[in-house]
Amino acid sequence: MEKIESNISKVGGYTGKRMAKDRLFKHFMTFGGLSVIIAISLIFFYLASVVAPIFMPVKMEDLNSLPLTKSARQDTVYLGTEEQAEIGVSMSKRGVVAFFDMRDGKPIAEEKIALPEGVEPVSFAAGDLSQKTVGYGLSDGRMLLLEQKFDVSFARDPNNPDKDIRTIKPGINYPLGTAPLLVDPEGHALKRLSIQHTDDETTAAALTDDGRLLLVSYASTSNMLTGEVSTKREGVELPPVPNGDIRQLLLDVKQRDLYVLHGERFVTHYDVMNKSSPRLVQTVELVPGGETVTAATILSGGFSLIVGTNNGNLAQWFQVRDENNNNHLTHIRSFKPMQGSITTIAPEYFRKGFLAGDNKGDIGLYYATSKRLLLDRATGKGPITVAAISPRGNAILLEGNDGSVMTAKVENDYPEVSFYSLWQKVWYESYQEPEYNWQSSAATSDFEPKFSLAPLTFGTLKAAFYAMLVAIPLAVLGAIFAAYFMSPKMRGVVKPSIEIMEALPTVILGFLAGLWLAPYIDNNLAGTLLAIFLLPFSFVITAYVWHKLPVRLTQGVGAGWEAALLIPVILLVMGVALQLGHPIEAALFDGDMPHYLSNKWGWSYEQRNSLVVGVAMGFAVIPTIFSIAEDAVFSVPKHLTSGSLALGATNWQTLWNVVLLTASPGIFSAVMIGMGRAVGETMIVLMATGNTAVMDLSIFTGFRTLSANVGVEMGEAAVGTTHYRLLFFSALVLFAFTFMVNTLAELVRQRLREKYSHI
Amino acid sequence: MKNWIKSGEPWIWTTAGAVALSLVMVYAVVWLTAAQGLTHFWPKPVVETVFTGNDGQAVRLLGEVPDKEEVSLLRLREAGYKIDTQDKFTYRYLFKLGNRDITGTDFKWFPAPMLDKFTYPQDVLAIERREWGNFYGHLKQVKEDGKVVAEGAQAWPELLKRMERSNALFREILYIEKVEIGKLNYALEKLRLQERKLELQNRLTDAARADIQKQREPLEANFLKLQEKIERLRHDIGRDSLSAEIMDGRIIDVPLAKVADAIMPNAMSVWEKIGHYVRKFWEFTTDDPREANTEGGIFPAIFGTVMMVLLMSVMVTPLGIMAAVYMREYAKQGPMIRMIRISVNNLAGVPSIVYGVFGLGFFVYFLGGNIDHLFFPEALPAPTFGSPGILWASLTLALLTLPVVIVATEEGLSRVPRTIREGSLALGATKAETLWRTVLPIASPAMMTGLILAVARAAGEVAPLMLVGVVKLAPSLPLDGNFPFLHLERKFMHLGFHIYDVGFQSPNVEAARPLVYATALLLVIIIVVLNLFAIRLRNRLRERMRGLEGV
Repeated sequence: MEKIESNISKVGGYTGKRMAKDRLFKHFMTFGGLSVIIAISLIFFYLASVVAPIFMPVKMEDLNSLPLTKSARQDTVYLGTEEQAEIGVSMSKRGVVAFFDMRDGKPIAEEKIALPEGVEPVSFAAGDLSQKTVGYGLSDGRMLLLEQKFDVSFARDPNNPDKDIRTIKPGINYPLGTAPLLVDPEGHALKRLSIQHTDDETTAAALTDDGRLLLVSYASTSNMLTGEVSTKREGVELPPVPNGDIRQLLLDVKQRDLYVLHGERFVTHYDVMNKSSPRLVQTVELVPGGETVTAATILSGGFSLIVGTNNGNLAQWFQVRDENNNNHLTHIRSFKPMQGSITTIAPEYFRKGFLAGDNKGDIGLYYATSKRLLLDRATGKGPITVAAISPRGNAILLEGNDGSVMTAKVENDYPEVSFYSLWQKVWYESYQEPEYNWQSSAATSDFEPKFSLAPLTFGTLKAAFYAMLVAIPLAVLGAIFAAYFMSPKMRGVVKPSIEIMEALPTVILGFLAGLWLAPYIDNNLAGTLLAIFLLPFSFVITAYVWHKLPVRLTQGVGAGWEAALLIPVILLVMGVALQLGHPIEAALFDGDMPHYLSNKWGWSYEQRNSLVVGVAMGFAVIPTIFSIAEDAVFSVPKHLTSGSLALGATNWQTLWNVVLLTASPGIFSAVMIGMGRAVGETMIVLMATGNTAVMDLSIFTGFRTLSANVGVEMGEAAVGTTHYRLLFFSALVLFAFTFMVNTLAELVRQRLREKYSHI
Repeated sequence: MKNWIKSGEPWIWTTAGAVALSLVMVYAVVWLTAAQGLTHFWPKPVVETVFTGNDGQAVRLLGEVPDKEEVSLLRLREAGYKIDTQDKFTYRYLFKLGNRDITGTDFKWFPAPMLDKFTYPQDVLAIERREWGNFYGHLKQVKEDGKVVAEGAQAWPELLKRMERSNALFREILYIEKVEIGKLNYALEKLRLQERKLELQNRLTDAARADIQKQREPLEANFLKLQEKIERLRHDIGRDSLSAEIMDGRIIDVPLAKVADAIMPNAMSVWEKIGHYVRKFWEFTTDDPREANTEGGIFPAIFGTVMMVLLMSVMVTPLGIMAAVYMREYAKQGPMIRMIRISVNNLAGVPSIVYGVFGLGFFVYFLGGNIDHLFFPEALPAPTFGSPGILWASLTLALLTLPVVIVATEEGLSRVPRTIREGSLALGATKAETLWRTVLPIASPAMMTGLILAVARAAGEVAPLMLVGVVKLAPSLPLDGNFPFLHLERKFMHLGFHIYDVGFQSPNVEAARPLVYATALLLVIIIVVLNLFAIRLRNRLRERMRGLEGV
């Protein structure tokens, strides 16, 4: 549009005021309009800003060496922190427990464990981190169990009334009393030890210095009336390992499995569920000959074993159940190797991550599920002897060979996300094989979240595919008829009807699809399929009959009303097909087609399936495609068609060779926009499918789409978690996809419009 | 034949078939919703029959028959029914047996071959109870304080009389509970927040505390008084009861306090049925829901929808018009504005759930969370604006419908003939005056059309609302008699979400189904009417513009 400007010359007084008002109005409108546009574009940037952190690399501060007191840094066997990562704890081989400030290493408290006269600690074992229990194996065949405790108290800050000051008082506690517990009745020193402790049961596995492998459990029962705790001891000797010296014992947190590392590269798995009759299950070669296992640990949750070797290789193993319900310890995945020989591996408290250190002083922070090396760093302090991760995974503690303790804060909130974990088959703990799976939450805290977007993306595309299968033929063909053949009077009825169709809320379509159509198709499957099959033929047959009818009958009803004539035909065909459905099912499918399909042909059949969604979502998409395609066909310049007709082409030839050829970009863009709508539709898929994230193409099964997944899970996702951000990621993907598809379609249409104006 | 195929006739008919099929689908959906939704309120006859089970034991059935379908015998046999026939198909009837507190089953399918003839006894009473759904039985007696006051033929008129009394008492109790006690609670909560605020600001002196306590005392006294009154009314309403014989022959006492409505459907005349229909329809649109939304009315959902749409309109209209005026009248027309125009256009095609996610993250958690910290610290950790609510819902939908309004307004502006602008400018008006006095008024029907379409879209949208403020059961309306009257932070109910929730999340889907159809019908009517209105308006506008161009 050409600019029209007011050309009043500047005059004072009244007119000046008007001019000022005019300028004010202009600025106001410009400001308002621009802000609205900016506000809209904010959507994209906001979504992106929420998603971005999950793709950021893990950040770690520089390592901070702590000047610890001598006793605190003598022969350290254990390092740890409390929840807030403010106070660190170190335990020495001799039984000195020292607490220190994580920031500057200032000693806070030091305590020697309660040892009986003349007895020395000879071995050490840490239980599962979440239980905070450790054990010392003693020289007289007994063990001492202790627990770190951190008493947190709050006091009002005198300087700032809005804030409370938190004080943490560390100490140790003996959950089963200060008297050591008997492990070896023969009184030999416990060379190696592994313990797990919960309120009801404590289990220890120990190797004595004369080579016997013992399993002891203490069951604690508290008297309901007196509250007194009584413990019952049970102890057996385990069958010996087949070869080599025992190097490490690992009990899982559920106190069901014991892994014994022996020789250079073997692990033997004992089933110790039944404490009185443990069973040797199998011995597995962890690495090929020539390589030596140098460190191993159990990940949180007690399923997975992480094994490190002298070549720096790291691998994850866990038990996999086969068809006969037997468990086999199986190699699951290998991680990016480290430079030197692995010296220590520390698991995270609640997630499936671990920290490995090697003899060159390098460390690597890994995450098992996503197979990621999150971070590697060279400390330059010689072999790493002890490593630990804080409970919240936001700090690490290391000890180098020279006895220096180092700490660093780590920002590692989204280790679960990697290309591998989002898009490829992942072998999750306790699964029989790698698979695509989306399962974002569960009741237990040691749950391994499964964040595969593959089944959701697949479901989205499957939904769109079946919807388009229904919508494209109906909408495009219908648009051609409406634009080219239909009588104007009928258009007056059809166009508003299509607009009503577009306006029908999807929640109503979903509701009808889920509660009416799905059970109806379930009960009349053969009839429905027959109706779908018969309809196209009925159109052609009707056309032929109409053509053969005497002219005097057809004359009155002019061309352009074919669609109206076909309505009773459609109703008739549908009625007949549905009537025939049950006899057909009786004759061919034993009277119940869905049942027959799943039992005889092995096609799984769900009541709320892709067929239902295809019809319902096709319904929702038809008007979108119809309106745009109709517009494209209708606005083909009249002189083109007139020219073609004048040259003797039939109506159909003109349509096919002239009109459709010209309008095809418009029809293409209509289909694209319809596709965009089908991809993002939420309520219909939510209501008309079972929403299970399965991946198969069958028309008789359901799926779960990205949009439905967001709708279901968004409300319960905790703000800022990986789950929350992945749902935002889903939304961003939907946004970007539909926006690009629509923009492309719009550009195609605009070019087409320009073309029309030239010819 | 060959010539005929060559002529393209069959293909033309196929395209016609596509249109016809689309039309059939649209009207089938509308008809299905209407047919199911409209019949919900019509009193249905209560059937009595005898079901003979596999073991030959006969059970009397008494209930409504809402559905019947042809079913394969294979399925029935798999379900454990022993039916001796060669047929592959038979019929089965869905019985609504009611009395689910007594017998445990409400809805059950029965195969036709195992049922006796249907009879329709005149004295069957169908009671709509306030809890536990419907009750069906033969009316026997009406009692007062356990003593029989009417029996046999006199029972029914006596029951009607006493029901009037019990319903009046019930309404009184409801009023006290909802309105009067609600008001007191609101006032008490405000006092608590006031106290907490003072405490946070370190200004909670003993004087202030005493002052608050002084305000609190009369409220608490009043509260006790009201509770006493309710106790008394509860006692009064518990006076009468009726006893009826249910299908297994037991005589059951039903206190009138639990009876919302009772009819003898088999004995009703057509006029009585019409009266009942109208009354039920009225109750449906004006009552609160009962029994986890599966019974009663949907008034809060209607109210919430209207309220949300109104708030949204207030926000979207000025913003949309401003953006359109800027883009069409003030911005430099070039590739940049063309790109913006395409983007705005395309936003209409962005999935609505994306707006919901944005609304939840940005409005609720970010804006709302900050507002709470700044203005409502006394209520923390309970969120005020930091949790989904009607304000955020309408803001989200305003964003969602913004493109609709912008596009419609732009179209309207572009249709205003050049001659009119030129005329106005030539007469010495400034651009602002031209816009304000001539162009915008002429384009106003277009804006109206945009707004109506936006409203229609917003009324039917559910996916984003699930995230930003809709709940299945809101304890109070966003508008009430307590200052400041409009409570923007409250959660609300919505017709579309009601359909989703009751149809798919409710424990008794079968019982709720007719109600969901009725709700769906209401929603369809609202949206179709709005759309037809918008279409009419747009057509009228185009006509008018065409007329103006000739000027």
